[in-house]
Amino acid sequence: MITKVRQHPTQNESLLFETSSPGKIGYQLPALDVPPVDPSEVLGAEYVREEIPDFPEVSEVDVIRHFTRLSTWNYAIDLGLYPLGSCTMKYNPRVNEAVARTEGLMWIHPYQPDALSQGAFAILAELERVLAEITGMDAVTLQPAAGAHGELTGILLVRALLEAQGNPRKRVIVPDSAHGTNPASVRMAGYEVVNVASNDRGMLDTEALARMVDDDVAAIMITNPNTLGVFEEHIIEVARILHSKGALVYMDGANLNALAGISRPGDYGVDLMHLNLHKTFSTPHGGGGPGSGPVAVKKPLEPFLPLPRLQHASSGWSWNYDRPHSIGRVRAFYGNFGVLVRALAYIMAHGGNGLRRATLDALLNANYLRKLLETDYEIAYSAPSMHECVFRHAATGAIAKRLIDYGFHPYTVSFPLIVHGAMMIEPTETESKQELDLFVDALISIAQEVKESPELVQTAPHSTRTNKVDEVAAARKPILKWTR
Amino acid sequence: MDPEDLRYTKEHEWVRVEGDTGTIGITFHAQKELGDIVYVDLPKPGTLLQQHKTIGSVESVKAVSDIYTPVSGEVVEVNGSLAESPEILNTDPYGSGWLVKIRLSEPGEAGKLLTAAEYHAFVGTESS
Repeated sequence: MITKVRQHPTQNESLLFETSSPGKIGYQLPALDVPPVDPSEVLGAEYVREEIPDFPEVSEVDVIRHFTRLSTWNYAIDLGLYPLGSCTMKYNPRVNEAVARTEGLMWIHPYQPDALSQGAFAILAELERVLAEITGMDAVTLQPAAGAHGELTGILLVRALLEAQGNPRKRVIVPDSAHGTNPASVRMAGYEVVNVASNDRGMLDTEALARMVDDDVAAIMITNPNTLGVFEEHIIEVARILHSKGALVYMDGANLNALAGISRPGDYGVDLMHLNLHKTFSTPHGGGGPGSGPVAVKKPLEPFLPLPRLQHASSGWSWNYDRPHSIGRVRAFYGNFGVLVRALAYIMAHGGNGLRRATLDALLNANYLRKLLETDYEIAYSAPSMHECVFRHAATGAIAKRLIDYGFHPYTVSFPLIVHGAMMIEPTETESKQELDLFVDALISIAQEVKESPELVQTAPHSTRTNKVDEVAAARKPILKWTR
Repeated sequence: MDPEDLRYTKEHEWVRVEGDTGTIGITFHAQKELGDIVYVDLPKPGTLLQQHKTIGSVESVKAVSDIYTPVSGEVVEVNGSLAESPEILNTDPYGSGWLVKIRLSEPGEAGKLLTAAEYHAFVGTESS
């Protein structure tokens, strides 16, 4: 049977296990220049095995081709618009990479002496300073390695402060539009989650909130703008309600890219927040990451920040571990340093005015899409959109799949949960009018197809290597192990 | 379509009371809103439950939702077939898709929950 019927980039790909041929070796070791040791003598016989069953035997070029071909299956921000709402899939400028690959930064090691790390210290200190300035807060820890890690760190800081005041309290309020990680972080920090409903404008219901806040409430976790892309107009009132009962305001900074350079959470009552450097500050996402979720706090929370903290003396920079009130370590070493370098490169390349301009462009792009799509798609809430817009459509899942046929990555499907059939679209400032127009044309065309040939949309995608996959079967009966 | 002999909550659970035992599950409306259910997390037998508190969760391809018990009591039996076949929550939410059986500690609670007609009216207002 002829299996190779398509050119390389579209060739179906076997697992490495399936391409294995016995005896093939993909490496070559130099001759041993020390006396050989019997591993079973050193390690104990029970830890030594003769062979690893079914370990794939392939050559170097087999492996390179396998992964290179797989990489062509992917969609990336470098290929086109990536409108995954709430994720801020903005372009990762190449200058970030150039800076991070500076020789002294690329080969730096966390165990090298402080005296040889002064430049790295200065980078971290400068990043802390500018993030505090952007958010309007007093101190920043760069250690959390992701957004949700920042959330957990933040709620642990809340607990530490309240404990120091004599009572950690019991509950944290989370709006029903929140990211799912918020209630999870609250639970992990040992608090009960209480939901507060949004009103018909997609904002927090301050009257309902006022009734919920009592002496057992430790904090609210609020996202602003919220996951509907709507600015919480009553944020000052929200902060007043919480503060009047001695509770704190935690802001999920996932959507800081709608505010940076324009308004500062620290100026409207937020006590602490995390930032997603892989969103607002253009560092790579997910597998291309790792992420980074610094936490910014007001003065009263500063003594509790994770260890170690940067300190400066006449002898230069060093780490301070002598902080008795600290919640302790939240991560090995000092955060994802390479990511922090990229974020500072992005901030410095923009400057204050540039960050403000990026924010305004992100808002403009989202509102441009909203205006052009409003005729064919129902907007979920009439309140003004910030950096993203949420529509509703019963066929949101199928429309998203059909977008793949038009050459775009899907938007975020079925989130936020309070919108039935949510289509959450975030273009970011990266996109030009031309790219946005192509996307609008695609979505309007699909709206037409939904009416005229619904089957075509329901069975999408059609242009991909694999047709529509059975997500339900994959979730119910996952096959997680290769067997011969 | 919602059986007359059950009582319902605004969180979309139902309870069937037989003697001192209450069988609980999620409603047809709940499974329809969740979509294809892929995993169910339930309490172990012997767990003491308090009315309207979270007792577990259902996970669909769209979302994870908490399950709240409509009545208080002790779990006496858990529907083991849901572990292998969570889809029966979609196909038979009022029958073989039951979640847990509870020995009622407050037998008066169920009578104060919504009737089928009241629940039906509630779902109508919620989805409009």
